[in-house]
Amino acid sequence: MLMTKMLILFAHPALDKSRIHRRLIRAVPELSGITVHDLYDTYPDFDIDVAREQELLLSHDLIILQHPFYWYSTPAIIKQWEDLVLEHGWAYGAQGTALRGKRLLSLISTGGPADAYRRDGYNRFTMRDLLAPIEQTAYLCGMEYLPPYLIQGTHRMDEAEIEREVGRYRQLLSLLHAGRIDLEAARGQASLNLALDKLIGQEVPE
Amino acid sequence: MSSESFLFQAFIYLAAAVVAVPIAKRLGLGSVLGYLLAGIAIGPFGLRLVGAEGQDVMHFAEFGVVMMLFVVGLELEPALLWRLRAPILGLGGLQVLLTVLAVAGVALALGMSWQVALAIGMILAPSSTAIVLQSLAEKGVLKTEGGQSSFAVLLFQDIAVIPMLAFFPLLATAPHAAEGDAGHAAEATTLVGGMPGWAQTLAVLGAVAAVILAGRFLVRPALRAVAAARLRELFTAAALLLVIGIALLMTAVGLSPALGTFLAGVVLANSEYRHELESDIDPFKGLLLGLFFIAVGASVDFALILAQPLLIAGLVLAIIALKFAVLFGLSRVFKLSLDQGLLFAFALPQVGEFAFVLCSFANQQGVLDTAITSPIVAAVAISMALTPLLLIINERLVQPRFGTRQGQPRADDAIDEQSPVIIAGFGSFGSTVGRMLRANGVSATVLDIDSDRVDLLRRMGLKVYYGDASRYDLLETAGAGEARVLVLALDSPEKTLELVHTARTHFPHLTIIARSFDWPDTHALYAAGVSHVYREDIDTAVRSGVDVMRLLGAHGYTTRRAAQAFLRHEEAALRELTGPSGDKAGYISMARERIEALERQMRADRESPDLERDAGWDADSLREEVRSMPAPAT
Repeated sequence: MLMTKMLILFAHPALDKSRIHRRLIRAVPELSGITVHDLYDTYPDFDIDVAREQELLLSHDLIILQHPFYWYSTPAIIKQWEDLVLEHGWAYGAQGTALRGKRLLSLISTGGPADAYRRDGYNRFTMRDLLAPIEQTAYLCGMEYLPPYLIQGTHRMDEAEIEREVGRYRQLLSLLHAGRIDLEAARGQASLNLALDKLIGQEVPE
Repeated sequence: MSSESFLFQAFIYLAAAVVAVPIAKRLGLGSVLGYLLAGIAIGPFGLRLVGAEGQDVMHFAEFGVVMMLFVVGLELEPALLWRLRAPILGLGGLQVLLTVLAVAGVALALGMSWQVALAIGMILAPSSTAIVLQSLAEKGVLKTEGGQSSFAVLLFQDIAVIPMLAFFPLLATAPHAAEGDAGHAAEATTLVGGMPGWAQTLAVLGAVAAVILAGRFLVRPALRAVAAARLRELFTAAALLLVIGIALLMTAVGLSPALGTFLAGVVLANSEYRHELESDIDPFKGLLLGLFFIAVGASVDFALILAQPLLIAGLVLAIIALKFAVLFGLSRVFKLSLDQGLLFAFALPQVGEFAFVLCSFANQQGVLDTAITSPIVAAVAISMALTPLLLIINERLVQPRFGTRQGQPRADDAIDEQSPVIIAGFGSFGSTVGRMLRANGVSATVLDIDSDRVDLLRRMGLKVYYGDASRYDLLETAGAGEARVLVLALDSPEKTLELVHTARTHFPHLTIIARSFDWPDTHALYAAGVSHVYREDIDTAVRSGVDVMRLLGAHGYTTRRAAQAFLRHEEAALRELTGPSGDKAGYISMARERIEALERQMRADRESPDLERDAGWDADSLREEVRSMPAPAT
């Protein structure tokens, strides 16, 4: 069976202070075809190697943007990465077809709980609303933007809850890698969390 | 002349210059007019402090013109001279030809013989190189189109004088006057005067070739050897020796010494010693030219003028009007813009100093008698004295009508290769700065004291000049007046501080970028008012620290932020902490004091709030706030 080649573009500017992502990124399953790429570690000066980044994108099918949600957006380096790497004539435009058919997934942690990201919540917009710029970026590049995978309410998480999130994260990556999550069915949903829950409910966890 | 009377003469000339020139400049009249007025004041018709020896002084001071052309040559690279060939030959040639013909035509119409008419034409055709170049340079218009055209014409006139001297004897109608004392320009005094024509030609060509070849292959190594001695006055001596030597050689073969040194200047214009030579010759040139102008002023024969005021005035007006008409007409033919054409025509209508030589030569050769030459000499002197006034009229009354911006550099800057950056010291630090700038298209003028290094770098095609950058005059010639940034990358902290003081005194507009070595001298630079100080090893040391942290497993961006915070802290601490009491700008070199500085540094590291990092990404306080609130009902 064909494994999905996955590229995790990871961005956390202060990893030594991270409670969630430091644990997550260490828990990435050691499977061939999963590449972890820590942008803040590789490019501490924001001096992004465009050719190398484009090569990485070309050699993977599923691109995962993993980062904490800062001010309703990505950490700065992802914006820098987009600005430099997604060149006209390569990623978009009449000649820009390099990314066509690939998939893009946002894997995001938020300090606030899920119900804060509702029309009637204090953040007043849904996560899908707030992620519109990235979704549109994916669209313009001919990529399918998957519903985001969200880890929310991290401010209140205790150790046990964090541990549970790390486990779910491992499973998510493994299942995506094996192509076992029905991405067609997930299309249009608020998050990928539902599809994962359904699968985990059906199966005995590893 | 006894040494006492020589000193007295020197005192009179210098005093006149020191008094008159600042006044003239203050009144906006320019230094040339100041010198001329000083000369009139001390001359036979003023205070009578100098008398008949004025003519001798003028001959001596003409050497200033020779030096001036050397300096002009230094500023004119061969490629540029080649580009000027059309104006030199076309504009210059036509100016001389048409002026000679026009003057001769008028003289013929007044009933003179054709020989006399032609001689007068040739006497009146050249303009005054000294006065024109000095005045235009002072007004900053030498590099404009009009200024360059003026220069081209003056250069051609300098060449044209040689065939004129050869031609004069053929015009003789009266028997020769006293043979012998023919002045410095007479052919009989040259070494080759007695040779046959072909040998003379050969000698002339040989001398020119010698100047060019020596300039290319001999002078540079010689200057390098002199520079290696690192004695400043020795280099000055070498520069003077060069100019005088060439002048002697040229005189020996009957060529104009000014032309020879000009040629040598052009040959050396590409050399690394250009700025150094220029700044060494410059004071001599300036003094001698000043002396020359004073002598011209002193030689104006007021007795003659008062005897025939109408004749002289008419003569002056006619000469200026006629030359102006020819010049202005040519400027139209050669398609100069109207304002530049007027500058050109207003700059050159006087008669040059060579007329004095030609007049006395014409007397000796029996071409003209003194009844004709005396009024001409008076008119020539007056026309020279009027030049600064004509230029002022042009500048104040004529040019404003065209809305032109005289005195401003033109957009066409191929001639003016002034760099916005001067780098003093081209060791590993300065050269890295220079290479980085060059790679990004920023040109820099480089000054370095190590002649071997200068030689090497120039062979690699860099614009590097030999010289001690802490000298005010060298900075000046390197373009510090127009540059914007001065990078100090000298090897010695003492020299750096010295240069900071020089630059801040004379070129306060320059932003100084200074390399320092350690805490004490960094602090001294801050205290001297330099705000951009770069300790030479701080960045590499911190980068090494970053890599050590990364090798130990720290996150890339975290170490980067740590490095930035450390650099910020370092600079803040340096600015904050004062040196030992009483040490404001002095350079601390004692080992004990360095250790004390290190101790202060480390204490500052421990106490500094600068090193706390990035609260923005730290959610601790937010997390506490959220947790202190009751959980929302879901």
